Order: sequence, then structure tokens, then C-alpha cells
Amino acid sequence: MGSVEENSSGRGARQDGRGGAREGGRVGGRKKRPIIRVRNVHKIYKMGTEVVRALDGVTLDIQRNEFVAVMGSSGSGKSTLMNLLGCLDRASKGVYELNGKRTDKMGAGELARIRNEEIGFVFQSFELLPRETALKNVQLALLYSRQRFWGSRGAARRALQHVGLGDRVGHRPNQMSGGQRQRVAIARALVNRPSILLADEPTGNLDSTTGAEIMGLFHELHEDGQTIVMVTHEEDIAGHADRIVRLCDGKVETDYPRDEDPIHIDYIKRSVDMARERAAAHVEHDDAVEAEEAAR
Amino acid sequence: MIVRLLTQTVFFALGQMWANKVRALLTTLGIVIGVFAITATIAAAGGLKGFVLDEFSKFGATKVFIWGNRPDELRDKLSWTDVKIKTREARDLREHSQYLTRLSMVASHRVTVRYQDRVKSGVSVTGIEPDWHEIEQRLVQDGRQFTETDDSEQLQVCLINEMAIEELRLDGGGIGKKIFLNNRRFVVVGVVETKEMSAMFGGGEARSEIFVPFSTMYKLRDWLWTSVVASMESPEVAEEAKAEIRFILRKARQLPADWPDTFDMFQMTQAVDNFNSMAGVMGMAAAVLVSISLLVGGVGIMNIMLVSVSERTREIGLRKALGARPAVILVQFLVEAVILCLAGGVIGLVVGQALMVLAQGSGGKLMENAEIPMWAIVLSFGFSGGVGVFFGMWPAVKAARLDPIEALRHE
Repeated sequence: MGSVEENSSGRGARQDGRGGAREGGRVGGRKKRPIIRVRNVHKIYKMGTEVVRALDGVTLDIQRNEFVAVMGSSGSGKSTLMNLLGCLDRASKGVYELNGKRTDKMGAGELARIRNEEIGFVFQSFELLPRETALKNVQLALLYSRQRFWGSRGAARRALQHVGLGDRVGHRPNQMSGGQRQRVAIARALVNRPSILLADEPTGNLDSTTGAEIMGLFHELHEDGQTIVMVTHEEDIAGHADRIVRLCDGKVETDYPRDEDPIHIDYIKRSVDMARERAAAHVEHDDAVEAEEAAR
Repeated sequence: MIVRLLTQTVFFALGQMWANKVRALLTTLGIVIGVFAITATIAAAGGLKGFVLDEFSKFGATKVFIWGNRPDELRDKLSWTDVKIKTREARDLREHSQYLTRLSMVASHRVTVRYQDRVKSGVSVTGIEPDWHEIEQRLVQDGRQFTETDDSEQLQVCLINEMAIEELRLDGGGIGKKIFLNNRRFVVVGVVETKEMSAMFGGGEARSEIFVPFSTMYKLRDWLWTSVVASMESPEVAEEAKAEIRFILRKARQLPADWPDTFDMFQMTQAVDNFNSMAGVMGMAAAVLVSISLLVGGVGIMNIMLVSVSERTREIGLRKALGARPAVILVQFLVEAVILCLAGGVIGLVVGQALMVLAQGSGGKLMENAEIPMWAIVLSFGFSGGVGVFFGMWPAVKAARLDPIEALRHE
């Protein structure tokens, strides 16, 4: 997918970010901001006279190349948080910074662009256009981007190859299995090289074998440097993630795996590194934030 | 980027239509009928108008008839002899009028014609002057015209038409033959073209006609009802010519200022104007009917677009999640509505054209000029596109305003 990156050379911030992910990350000691920075976010709905606090002061940082699972019972606010992180919705109060850009002041058009460029969505029910081929479905995401016209076919084809569907390019969703459909959806999510991959119950409609395959793909993407945020209610699926955020009543209940969480082996290998690095990053970042706020 | 988006949108819309062929066809039926009605109306009106104007121009659009008239209030003061157009007045017109290029006195009468042993009664004889041929567009196809000597000497020469040759059985074309009109011997000097007179002006069947020099007519009858036929330089000067003729004739007749005209005239252009204003009224009525049918068609489009928006709510949500701005969604649904309408327009045009070809083949004289002009094609496309935009707007706005979260949750 190297050539796609060349296409995006106009987007300086993106390029920097990606470079940072590769050089920095866990290895280098380079200074970096979290890719997702949520500060004291509230989301309040009014249902008639009743006020529903879907999110009640959530603060969350997600670093580049983290693989985070968001869990919680229904009504815990995880869907709301997901919509917020995906820029499908705006917070009632609080700050949400994505890749250094504050999204809470953006209009609908700007948010649409952020969704297109920064976020790749994977849905529980795939959301493919039934009459279009896999290739066309992937190209749909490029349709709304500012990428070049003639590149879109090739980019879509490469994205499909990347998820292991190089030979299913011309198939329609009804000619594919559930796992293949979800792979098409993942290819579509990735084709714009988003900063984060947002997956909402990505295995919810799949049997456990296929679900495990999809998780395998997520691991590969994660190895390649992709930041992944995944909402799930299945404990064993959440166990694939490095970090589990549990929400309850609109608040973060616990962050990082609890003792009883099924921790993926991968996490154990990396957790020491990550914790150390995160501590350093938090200090630096909080300094920067304080300086910013003082200046304001 | 916009071009790409539009092309993709158009192709996607075509794909949607193809996937719902029957539905699309039924939906566009209203537009099909609307566009068909537009083109059929325009073509039929054009055909009728072409037919009528053709008839008028056969008759001669620059032609003016001038004849004596006795207004009711002057009944006891003037006789018909007083008011008929006289040679002197015709000469005044010929000399002083700027707008009349040709002028001929005319007088006609029915006589009994005899050639050898063949007798035919009630044949029309018309006294004419040489200009008559140009005015009526009936030239001498064989032989010669009348000369000034024919007129001044009241020579007994005549022109005939082919029907007369046939009916009197004049062998060898008739020139030089001697025929008897009311027992006076006339020499045939030429053959006048038979003009196909339109059914509108009482023609249709060819009749025997004989022409003699105007002054020679007085040898056939003592009292003649004389009038003038003339041609203007162009149909555009009709009003000026009319005023001028009135001025010259009133002066020649020295009519007191409080007297009405003792003559009357008829210009073909008046008839054309009358017809045009009538056609305009008919056109307006047709336009109203056509608008109603397009309105009905448009409501059908709006209905199906609303269905489409609610059917495809999840797709809209997905597109929004993938970064489609509201305006893009709006354009997408607008394009779909417009394409539906344009498809209806194309079908309507094809049906209209097919029926037009049939009508031309079998509709007889009235419809042989009927055709769908280019501007009507453009107009119907414009209208159907406009209907698409107008009636597609609300569903498209509805789609654009959908909340992506709600849309993705929609079942």
C-alpha cells in the first residue's frame, strides 16, 4: 500500500502522524500526543422531561497503535462513545481531539471530512451495498475523499488484497460468506488510510471461527501500526485487545484489563513497555496541556 | 472531484433504476405521458398551423382585395354602381400607392361557351389585367399574356385553363382556336396555369375558366361589378398599405369626413393574425393540460423517491459514515430523481415520435406537416429535468438531513 501513502503526501499532519507511529511508538522516545484525546466529555439527551446522561464525564487517551476494546452493558454509553469517537455525533460538553484536531467545534461538512480521512468504520452487519461488487464497495469510501480519480481502483484492489480477498474483487456480497463480507468492510474502512479503525461489534454477526479469523486480521493490522478501537460485549473477543475500557453509566469504570479479563498473550509481551511509555507520554502531554490552558 | 462524484452518482442511479426496472417504469409513467402530451401537442399544433399557413400562402400572403361597399346609413344616398371600384380609382391606386406593387381590375361573369358543336353554359369568365398573373401566381404556361392593345382595343382574345381545353375538347392545346362566348367569337391566345385552390377557400375541384382583357368584358355585359385585386410588397406592411389605400380611395371619391368608407378590403395577413391569436389561445389551454399531467407525474416521482429514501436509510447512514457531506447525499438523490424523470422524458419522446410517424403516414393532409421540432425536444427534456429537481428536492433534503446514527440503526 506504499503508493497510497504517496497519494496522501499533501496531508502533512497525516504523514507526520504515520511516520511517528513507525519510528516512535513503543521503541523511540519521541514526544507525541495521543491520537484520541477525550477530556471530560458529556453527552446529554433530553427524552421529553427526562434527562439521560449517556456519557457523564469521560476522559480517555488512546495512543497511536493501541488496540482498545470498549466494553459495557447496554445503556452503559459505549455506543454513544463510539459515535462520538467516530465523529458521527458531537459531545454536549467536553473536548474531543482526534489526531490533534479539535472536533467539538466542527460543522457537519468538516466532520464528514474527518470521518472520511481519519476514521475507518467496521459495522456489525457489514453495511455493504448489496448490488455492488466488492471492489465498488471499497471504492465507495474513496468516492468521498479527495484522492485522485484514477488511483481509486488500484487503491481499492490493494486494500482488498491486504485483507486477503484479492481473488474476490468482482464478487457481490451475496456471493460471499459472512467473514468475507466483513473483510470487504474492513478493506473499505482501511482504503483511506485512516488514523483509527473503529469497529462496532465486528464479530457480532459471525460464528466464532470466522470471528477469530477477523480478530486475526485485526492483529495483523495492529502489527502494521493501525490504531484500533473496538466495541464488543464478548469477553473473549475483547481479550484480543491490549487494553479494555469498561464503561458503566456513562463513566469509565475500569481501564486496562482486570484480573478476570481474558488477557491475550500479546498484551503480556508488550504491557511493560507500554505502561512505561504511557507514563512518560502522560507527563509530557499534561505539561503541554497545562501550558496551553495557561496561555488561554 | 465533483465531476467524479457526479459520474459515479449518475452510474449508481442508473444501477438503482435497472435494479428496480418495473418500479422505475411505472413511476415514470406520469412523466412519459406528460412529455408525450407536450410533444404531441406541439407537433399537432405545429402541423395544423403549418397546414393553415400553407393554405394561406397558397392563397397569397401579400394579396389584398378591394371592393366597393355600401354602408347601411348611406343606402338611400348611393347605389351599388356608385360604390363599385372604378377604373379611374384603380389608376389612382396604381399611380400613388407606395405599398402596392401590382394591381389588377377584375370583373367576372358567367357565359355560355361554344366550340364547334360543343356548348357549355355557366362558365366563369373573368376580365383581368396583365398584373393579375403575378398577383394570383398563375402565369401563362403556353401562348401569350394580354397586351395593352388587347385592352385598349377591346380585342376579342381570351386565355383558358386546361380544364376548359378538356371540357371543350380543343385539340392540340387550343391556341389559335376560336371559341364563342355568348355568341361572340374569341381567339384563344394562351393557356393559364391551373392553381390548386385549397379546400379552405372553396377550391378543390378544377373548373373551366376563361379570361379576357378587362375592357373586353364590357362587350359581354353592360353592367359589371368591378373590384381590385393587388399585392403588397410584403406582408409586414399590411397596416401601412391599408391606411394608404383608404387615404387614396377616400380622396378619389371625395368622401366627406363624417362618412364611412364606401369600400372595403381584405388582406390575407389579417386572416393569418386571427389564426395566430386563436392558435395562441389553444396553445395556452394545451400548456395548462400538459402542466397538470407533468404535475401528476412529478408527484409520482416524489412519492417513489420518498419510498427510496426510507428503504435506503441504512445506505444513507453508511455513506454519511464514510464521509459523504449532506450536500453530496442531497445531490445523489436529486440526480436519481432527475434521471428517473429524464428517462421518462426519453420514453415519452420515443412514443411521441413513433405516433407522429404513424400520424404522418395515415393522418392525411392535416397532419402531414406534423413533426416534433428540436426546441420541443429540448423543452420537454428541460421540463422533465425541472420536474425532477422540483419534486425530488424534498426527498433529497430529507435524505441529506438524516442523522447518520439513526440511519445506521434503521431497520
